[in-house]
Amino acid sequence: MKIMELAGIIKEKFEKSILSSSVFYDNETIVIRKEDVFDVIKFLKDEQSFDFLMDVTAVDYKGYPDRNDETRFEIVYNLFSYKNNKRLIIKTLVDEKDLTVNSITSLYHSADWHEREVYDMFGIKFINHPNLKRILMYDEFVGHPLRKDYPFKKRQPRINLRDVGKNEEEE
Amino acid sequence: MGLETIFGKSWATSKMEYVINWARKFSFFDYPFVTACCGMEFMSTFASTYDIARFGAEFPRFSPRQADVLFVVGTVNQKLAPVLRMTYEQMVEPKWVLSFGACATSGGFYDNYAVVDGIDKIIPVDVYIPGCPPRPKAVLDALIKLQEHVQREKLIK
Repeated sequence: MKIMELAGIIKEKFEKSILSSSVFYDNETIVIRKEDVFDVIKFLKDEQSFDFLMDVTAVDYKGYPDRNDETRFEIVYNLFSYKNNKRLIIKTLVDEKDLTVNSITSLYHSADWHEREVYDMFGIKFINHPNLKRILMYDEFVGHPLRKDYPFKKRQPRINLRDVGKNEEEE
Repeated sequence: MGLETIFGKSWATSKMEYVINWARKFSFFDYPFVTACCGMEFMSTFASTYDIARFGAEFPRFSPRQADVLFVVGTVNQKLAPVLRMTYEQMVEPKWVLSFGACATSGGFYDNYAVVDGIDKIIPVDVYIPGCPPRPKAVLDALIKLQEHVQREKLIK
């Protein structure tokens, strides 16, 4: 099945939910409206046999020339179909002022930890997630380290570190 | 010299300090605190080709309370820092620390929000081993350096 066919099927089923679709080498990508992500992925899983969620991740596009606050974050779902040996990338745009997306944990159990990682690193909240807390960083950690506005040199030690003299580069 | 002149070659006299340090330096019990890829080189150092048993340090303990040399092998991040300090505090005196590899020594190429740049910010270190990862020969050299260090120690501080 060609990707454009798939985009057509989704377009037929969910009007207005596809913002754009593209093919770059073998990366077939469809950008979906945020509100419809859950329904579209449910449709792809149930009826197009995309039975394996390979990854959920996010990108911070702060400061990109063709982006603004409303399209700052992008969540990327990598789907794979064992039956058709087919990959598909679903993307959705997240507004900086409304950092919420519907969780797809009820569709794929593997989304649980992936979404927790996205929450930990970017601070995007997933609605209906069973256990949304930090997965990599410790609970005392303030902020979200993979955001572009997280200070590069900022450190948040958990214990008092020993003083072993200052590194000249740090000053 | 000492009593040997009276009793012949069946006797030897020495300083208590020298004998105790000599016994300590050839009977290290190590606790490997392995967190990253340096662990592979650590394993090959302990295996038969390089054979750390030649230096009397062949028996890794599985509790820090039974060990006297702490091998910190690999990257230590901020989340793990309290664990490393607790592990060190559980060891009984006398105790020494070997920092194994670039990450444990200085943070290596990690300069980010998560990684502690050098375990000497957490616990005192006796010998640093550079390398990413260090060759087993470098580890054995560091162990000999540590033995020399132990031999020089004073019992009464």
